[in-house]
Amino acid sequence: MVNPGHGRGPDSGSNSDPFPTGLRVLVVDDDPTCLMILEKMLRTCLYKVTKCNRAEIALSLLRKNKNGFDIVISDVHMPDMDGFKLLEHVGLEMDLPVIMMSADDSKSVVLKGVTHGAVDYLIKPVRIEALKNIWQHVVRKKRNEWNVSEHSGSIEDTCGDRQQQQQQRDDADNNSSSVNEGNCRSSRKRKQEEVDEQGDDKEDTSSLKKPRVVWSVELHQQFVAAVNQLGVDKAVPKKILEMMNVPGLTRENVASHLQKYRIYLRRLGGVSQHQGNLNHSFMTGQDPSFGPLSSLNGFDLQALAVAGQLPAQSLAQLQAAGHGRSSLTKSGMSVSPLVDQRSIFNFENSKIRFGDGHGQTMNNGNKQMNLLHGVPMGMEPKQFAGNHMHMQQQITGLRTGQNVQSSGMPRGGPPMLPSLGQQPMLSSSVSRRSDLTDGVAVRNCIPETSSGRMLPANHSVFNNFPSELPRNSFPLASAPGISIPVSVSYQEEVNSSDAKGNSLSAAAVTAGFGDPSYDIFNDFPQHQQHNNINNRLNDWDLRNIGLVFDSQQDAGAASAAFSTSEAYSSSSRKRRETEVTVLAEHGQNQQLPSRSLNHLNQVYMDGGSVRVKSERVAETVTCPPTTTLFHDQYNQEDLMSALLKQEGFPSVDNEFDFDGYSIDNIPV
Amino acid sequence: MQRQVALIKQSLFDQGYLDEQFMALEELQDDANPNFVEEVSALYFKDSARLINNIDQALERGSFDFNRLDSYMHQFKGSSTSIGANKVKAECTMFRDYCRAGNAEGCLRTFQQLKKEHSTLRKKLEHYFQLARQAGPKETARRPK
Repeated sequence: MVNPGHGRGPDSGSNSDPFPTGLRVLVVDDDPTCLMILEKMLRTCLYKVTKCNRAEIALSLLRKNKNGFDIVISDVHMPDMDGFKLLEHVGLEMDLPVIMMSADDSKSVVLKGVTHGAVDYLIKPVRIEALKNIWQHVVRKKRNEWNVSEHSGSIEDTCGDRQQQQQQRDDADNNSSSVNEGNCRSSRKRKQEEVDEQGDDKEDTSSLKKPRVVWSVELHQQFVAAVNQLGVDKAVPKKILEMMNVPGLTRENVASHLQKYRIYLRRLGGVSQHQGNLNHSFMTGQDPSFGPLSSLNGFDLQALAVAGQLPAQSLAQLQAAGHGRSSLTKSGMSVSPLVDQRSIFNFENSKIRFGDGHGQTMNNGNKQMNLLHGVPMGMEPKQFAGNHMHMQQQITGLRTGQNVQSSGMPRGGPPMLPSLGQQPMLSSSVSRRSDLTDGVAVRNCIPETSSGRMLPANHSVFNNFPSELPRNSFPLASAPGISIPVSVSYQEEVNSSDAKGNSLSAAAVTAGFGDPSYDIFNDFPQHQQHNNINNRLNDWDLRNIGLVFDSQQDAGAASAAFSTSEAYSSSSRKRRETEVTVLAEHGQNQQLPSRSLNHLNQVYMDGGSVRVKSERVAETVTCPPTTTLFHDQYNQEDLMSALLKQEGFPSVDNEFDFDGYSIDNIPV
Repeated sequence: MQRQVALIKQSLFDQGYLDEQFMALEELQDDANPNFVEEVSALYFKDSARLINNIDQALERGSFDFNRLDSYMHQFKGSSTSIGANKVKAECTMFRDYCRAGNAEGCLRTFQQLKKEHSTLRKKLEHYFQLARQAGPKETARRPK
């Protein structure tokens, strides 16, 4: 995350920097006259020039010294090897920027150069003015690489988003950057500088105008087919590219997609058996993030997106189910802690909402917080010790119930099929809601439910508290109809599931869920941020209609937002770490509040994003809840918001699952 | 003397033998390569002679491989354009047009014209460089500016 910041250096400072000086250029042209002139021109630009009159020799030079050149300039028409061929090889093997040149200025040839991945196309006679600028391609390339490597996660997401909505791309970018700014500002308040950096990074990535490949479903399927044929471990971008044989697709595109794909596979653990599904979900994982957000995209996109998100969950669930309880126990444990935190957050949220009807209208986070302060106080004493738990438990209960249901399906029949069947249902339901602009309500409900997800231990408790659940969901949702019914159904289902005593399965499901859901979080949070912070986003506007949530969150939203953004920006690897850490956090919180601080801090060192949260959490835990002042509430809010953000997403899925589930079950 | 050199060069431009690319080359001339333009020109004529020879042979074969001819001429055009040989470049372009049209006669006719332009330019440039050398290296280096 830090690198991009540095990456900006060369760009902005390049004018004063000696940077372009000494740029190592390889010139390839079979025409000695041109070669000589070019060499002279490049030297006049103070570049370090290597000339070469045969493409084959150029290629061997490049292969011998892969890091010996910054950029390649190649003629198109050459006897031994076509310039395009060279371009292809360079792109595949060295990933260097290549500039094509030719006396041929016909559009088709220029187009061919560009589609083959040339960063530029110079028409002879090449003028020195054009060569003076070629270093920009080097900078651009490097920046792209940075971004890809450093932010693979974020880039994936944002790119996926952009791909999804090409038309809205620019808007989205602007919004996202502005949102980030907003986040940064809020974060500055809290002196979270890392967040700042990340926000800036975000801007960087959004300002990048690198050519984007739209990984359509078909394209992705081609990709997956190629990967499967080659074997996941043996698949290399070059071969995949060759197998796919898609014009315009570069090795870089394939490489980054492969990277994402591998990360995706890794996330799903040993699920490789379910590759068919995985592919699906993988794709969806990318796309969905935006899909649901944008009401503009309409049904299909949303459905896709939802489906994508859901699949991940469902897969996880399936996995869990398939693997049996042994696997579940591990994952279950870790997951459960998460639930706890969530529940806390939810609880707090609910408190806020409960306490203040007024709070809803408040736009200001601070104000809200104050309100919360006052009102909740009465509630808190009890709540913290007792209610806290109750809430959590309840939530967990709900969650578990959901999970159980979902998990139950797989058990009864072939594990895979049920989930698949559910997906469509879910997606449809989701889309419906989004259309209704009940998104907010759904979200609100979701957090609670999501929090309910895990705690296996809580099940019993949860049984006791079922009545409370509806409350929470309702106030939070404050949204018209839909959310409520859902929640109700939820409860019932949960109860039934509890009765069954499927706690283990539920836990397992949740555990499996953990990873995928996290991803989802990442995707969602961003959107949410946008919504909360930026009502500008068209997509979100609809959802924003549910005022309660937004208003309340606005304050918290910022914090949550950046936490999410951080997670986003951080590489996928980091994400994982954060996941783990979060889990750890939660677990500790539950068991050892005092300890949690230490643990959290340590853990958090890894992922910047989590850190903040964890600390906050720790504080809340350690301090007597009610006594803490603005401070605490702040923290709480942060936590809440963060949780909401993170969990809000998954929870949505869950809700859908529910719907899907109920629908499925009822008719059947 | 220097004026004479300048006049010759100006006439080359005025008559369309050279274009601004030639000026660009002269601007590249510096202390490290005081005779850069002349060297490039020498290289160009040497290489283009080879190309002309190739094309000659291809044409003599009687069977017109237009793709091959076009490829040759593309290279010819590339180098001619790089040196600013405006008239030669124009002939190259015409030749390629005939190639694409499959007009063998046009190719032959154009090629003769091309060779003529090429040799004319060669003579004129040789004369120019000779004078320029006599006028002194500084002169050639400074004049373009």
